[in-house]
Amino acid sequence: MLTVSALSVSYGAIRAVDGVSLAVPAGTIVTLIGGNGAGKSTTLRALSGLLRAQAGTVTFAGTDITRLPPHRIVALGLAHVPEGRMIFANLSVDENLAMGAYLLRDRDRIAQNRSEVLELFPRLGERLRQSAGTLSGGEQQMLAIARALMGSPKFLMLDEPSLGLAPRLIGIIFEKIQEINRRHGLTILLVEQNARLALEVSAHAYVLETGRVVMAGPSTDLRTDPRLKAAYLGG
Amino acid sequence: MIEFLQQLINGLGQGSIYALIALGYTMVYGVLRFINFAHGDVYMLGAFAGLYVAPWTLRLFGGGPSFAGAAAVLLLAMAVCAAAGVAIEWLCYRPLRHRPRLNVLITAIGVSLFLENAGQSVFGADPKSFPEIIADRALDLPASWGPFAMLTITVGQLLVVGVTLVLLVGLRHVVRRTRLGLAMRALAFNPGAASLMGVNNGVVIAFTFGLGSALAGAAGILTSIQQSSIDPLMGVNAGLKAFVAAVLGGIGSLPGAALGGVLIGLLEALVVGYISPTYRDPIVFAVLIVILLVKPTGLLGGTEREKV
Ligand SMILES: Nc1ncnc2c1ncn2[C@@H]1O[C@H](COP(=O)(O)OP(=O)(O)O)[C@@H](O)[C@H]1O
Ligand SMILES: [Mg+2]
Repeated sequence: MLTVSALSVSYGAIRAVDGVSLAVPAGTIVTLIGGNGAGKSTTLRALSGLLRAQAGTVTFAGTDITRLPPHRIVALGLAHVPEGRMIFANLSVDENLAMGAYLLRDRDRIAQNRSEVLELFPRLGERLRQSAGTLSGGEQQMLAIARALMGSPKFLMLDEPSLGLAPRLIGIIFEKIQEINRRHGLTILLVEQNARLALEVSAHAYVLETGRVVMAGPSTDLRTDPRLKAAYLGG
Repeated sequence: MIEFLQQLINGLGQGSIYALIALGYTMVYGVLRFINFAHGDVYMLGAFAGLYVAPWTLRLFGGGPSFAGAAAVLLLAMAVCAAAGVAIEWLCYRPLRHRPRLNVLITAIGVSLFLENAGQSVFGADPKSFPEIIADRALDLPASWGPFAMLTITVGQLLVVGVTLVLLVGLRHVVRRTRLGLAMRALAFNPGAASLMGVNNGVVIAFTFGLGSALAGAAGILTSIQQSSIDPLMGVNAGLKAFVAAVLGGIGSLPGAALGGVLIGLLEALVVGYISPTYRDPIVFAVLIVILLVKPTGLLGGTEREKV
């Protein structure tokens, strides 16, 4: 569904992503793992159009999206839940959800999506009128995911949903991610530093180091790979 | 006491003008984090648009001053200014979107100088007399008001304050209840995240300029109702005062801009009434310095969140 070939992205003179190729088949969860500064977030930002690719091509559902601006890419059904959540802290929880449905014009559809995401994350339902800035970290992550789902995406990119959350909450978030994939058939590209968890929920994995893919394969294989064990899974 | 009230009434009219202009500064600051120094000159354009359209709109509505004719002049001037604001953003600021902010700030000063000089060569440098678009007269206050019947309240003053209130309520509706208003607030908080929601940031920024400029255009007409002489440099002083008002209220805050405008208008009236007209401008600018030293976020401005 998403094919990335030889993608390179730089910040000024610094090349953060260097010739990355990967593929995410429809209906699957694929993970991109790697340490801090490996280039994971940069890759996602280039895929969603927030950053310009220096080289390479990105094809989404048969369309070349390499040079499209973010709002055109979202319109095609590719949603990006960015690192740090980036919820609108000046808006209410409900208004954040409305922003997620910004491109939908059909009111019934919006109402249906809203009740679906509130069913998925009942805690948000109790806080609809509250300013989103007052939510806890876990609730903000739920809101960020719910907001992305409001637009009826076909493809979801999640950047470190576990970041800064207590273990119990991480468990809940990851259950929801799997539920979204199973129930709604949404294709997911999951970026994580928590490799153990990411390999558990995904079908396929890519390992990024200083902007390059250094390892790739089915997640079950990588889980037992000695090199990966030493570097990311704590021996 | 009566005299004090009279000063407040006089100040409210001018304060409404500042409030309308200040809203444009604060809205543009909200979405782009820069001060559009050409905004005061858009207000001047509004007054001149009124000067040119008034003769034939008035003829259309029966020849003399009338409310319908005045409303038509107001709406046309707002439309002209909205178009001018969008054009300025498109031609001058948009190409610099990804450059250092100082570039666009200097460009804004350039646009301001351009409008002031083009104004002088196109409209003429000497003041023009604005036609009477409504029959302005003092209201007869009922004698039952006792000493308050001695106050002077004019139709023009009522109109200025009333129209300003209507525009403020309308703006509040647009910002809080419409899809574009929601996008404006989201964009002001985090442009990248807004674009990830599918917002075409360019469109929302153009809309913001159009909206703010329309309000400046309305201010240009309302001011011409109160004082009939207009000139191509009228935007310099009014623009600076409105900028002070926006900072006083808290730059980026819409209620703050409205409140700041009214407060500056009242302050000016009190200084003129009780101290001396000579001190009007120095005291207003002293307010700017004091607020920047004591509370840079202004009266209603929240603490600016660090953006990641
Ligand atoms: N805005 C930026 N400007 C300059 N360099 C950046 C910026 N963002 C990230 N980098 C650099 O790019 C590299 C990759 O960063 P990032 O994609 O955030 O890594 P990850 O998400 O894997 O932790 C790092 O070396 C980082 O320092
Ligand atoms: Mg990252």
